[in-house]
Amino acid sequence: MWIVKLAWKNLWRNPTRTLVTVAAIFFAVILSMVAEALKLGVFENLVKNVVSFHSGYIQVHKMGYQDEQILDNSFSQDNTTASLIANTRNVNAVTPRLEAFSLAASAELTKGCLVAGINPELENNITQLKTKLVAGKYLKGSDNAVLMAEGLANSLKLRVYDTVMLIGQGYHGATAAGKFVIKGIVKFGSPQLNNGILFMPLPAAQEYFSAEKQITAYILSVHTDKLLPTTAVAVKRVVGVDYEVLTWEELMPDIKQHIATDSNNMKIVQAVLYLLICFGIFSTLLMMMLERKFEIGMLVAIGMKKSKLILLFIIESVLTVLTGCLAGMVAGVPLIFYLHYYPIRMGGDTAKAYERFGFEAIFPTSTDSTIFISQALTVLMIGIALSLYPIVKILQLKPLTAMKK
Amino acid sequence: MKNIVIDAHNISKVYNPETIPVYAVNNIHLHLQEGEFTALVGPSGSGKTTLLNLIGGLDKPDHGNIYINGTDITKLSARKLIEFRLHNIGFVFQSFNLIPVLTAKENAEFILLLQGVKRAERDKRVLQLFTEIGLVEKMKVRPAQLSGGQQQRVAVARALASKPRFILADEPTANLDSVAALHLLDLMEALNQEEQVTFLFSTHDPRVINRARRVITLVDGSIASDSAVVSTSAPHEHP
Repeated sequence: MWIVKLAWKNLWRNPTRTLVTVAAIFFAVILSMVAEALKLGVFENLVKNVVSFHSGYIQVHKMGYQDEQILDNSFSQDNTTASLIANTRNVNAVTPRLEAFSLAASAELTKGCLVAGINPELENNITQLKTKLVAGKYLKGSDNAVLMAEGLANSLKLRVYDTVMLIGQGYHGATAAGKFVIKGIVKFGSPQLNNGILFMPLPAAQEYFSAEKQITAYILSVHTDKLLPTTAVAVKRVVGVDYEVLTWEELMPDIKQHIATDSNNMKIVQAVLYLLICFGIFSTLLMMMLERKFEIGMLVAIGMKKSKLILLFIIESVLTVLTGCLAGMVAGVPLIFYLHYYPIRMGGDTAKAYERFGFEAIFPTSTDSTIFISQALTVLMIGIALSLYPIVKILQLKPLTAMKK
Repeated sequence: MKNIVIDAHNISKVYNPETIPVYAVNNIHLHLQEGEFTALVGPSGSGKTTLLNLIGGLDKPDHGNIYINGTDITKLSARKLIEFRLHNIGFVFQSFNLIPVLTAKENAEFILLLQGVKRAERDKRVLQLFTEIGLVEKMKVRPAQLSGGQQQRVAVARALASKPRFILADEPTANLDSVAALHLLDLMEALNQEEQVTFLFSTHDPRVINRARRVITLVDGSIASDSAVVSTSAPHEHP
């Protein structure tokens, strides 16, 4: 205990230096925590945005559908299966979908598009489709009408309450054809979706495609995407071997790749930050050793074991770094929560670019508790690793040489 | 007959042995009995400090052996030497060298803490020492608030705390004014006579030399004179 007391007193022999070091660590912890929280927050937001466009977090298909997306690879809608999936741990909502391509035509124009048969209510729970409505009204399950993407409507020069003609191939090669009133216009950030999709209630789609009770996918949303792989495994166990269960990472590998690349770039920034922290702590340790070289020599001369001296210096380092880390955490946590609820909002061209893709131009922070612990622990580890320097110096120290003035 | 505390046999310390050898200590035989109050004198560069460092186990001789209470300290490892110094040798340095962040009491207590002495025993010993050095009222004061003389008395208290076999003092009065130097000498002499503490100190100070009961003069690393020649000429046998 006396050694802790002595270490604490030693820290205050030069209060300015100690406070500067603690302040350096304090700001380093805040910076690294905010950087990590921003990185994860932006990725979480990106994923949330992307999956809420259309894909959902997990999709269940008939085995082979992902490779050959045709109606013949659809499967029979089964309430029991849907309910089993919905009751799987971490699954938040489930909606069925029947999707296939058709040709959409107005009086003078035609354009290829994806026809998605949906359960309007359940769909809205997952993709918030209703929020994308820019004209007209949202679908009801009994409607024999469609919601058309804004870009597609513009291409076909159609408006709300106009009629669109659809023609395509139905289930088992049947001809699919029909006339539908446009009940609403929806706007998507993704140009691909905005220029090429229309929605109709699932029964209407099943009739249009001659695919009674058939669907091509169950779309799932989850409570937390941290448990996504285990959730996918659990769902797979429920649906059995005749189905494929794919996470958004498997459905959109390019997004996953983009996150991985960005994440690696951020790691370089964080490495530079850690390097700065290293220099800050190391310069303090260096000064501390130089200032107290004579005293250390004297302590060894009068009989203080080097192991005790090493312990003394480690305690001093740990106390300094720990104080900085804890203070940084105490200040950083509210800041991160603030930035989570009041995210950094981009303006100007950046905002426009984001909005063009349907993303809100915000940089929210993630409030994942592991960020606070991992960043503080990393800085603490750096502090402890750097205290190896005084340890090496003490081990090499000869009292007579140290006491030479 | 009193116990022999320090017994140095034929010790030499050479600097630059491969270029221009300088004999800081040259073939010295020396032994000190328990309770001696000995001054090591000589001009600057005569080897006083080197000899003290060798006897204190802070440096190793190139030749010869040094027995402290029968233990050949030249054969001890660096780790064992630290342990040996802690339990057997008290040091008083020229520039006091108290730990600035500790109070006078904590400085004197420091050696006892290193030895793992229990608190009650430490308190008792430190109070006794501060009574002896006449600084009871300054026990809770930090070194910076003490005069040079008072700091050196605390340094003596620290050296004495563990009841060592002997105390080595390197020019203990060098940084003190004459009043403080006389007080310190009175204290050292009293401890020597009343508690039989053996003192070996290097000095240039005539006041210290006059108070010593034995004076060893070094010139160019060798003993030029010893006021107790009879003792030094009969080296002690060791097993």
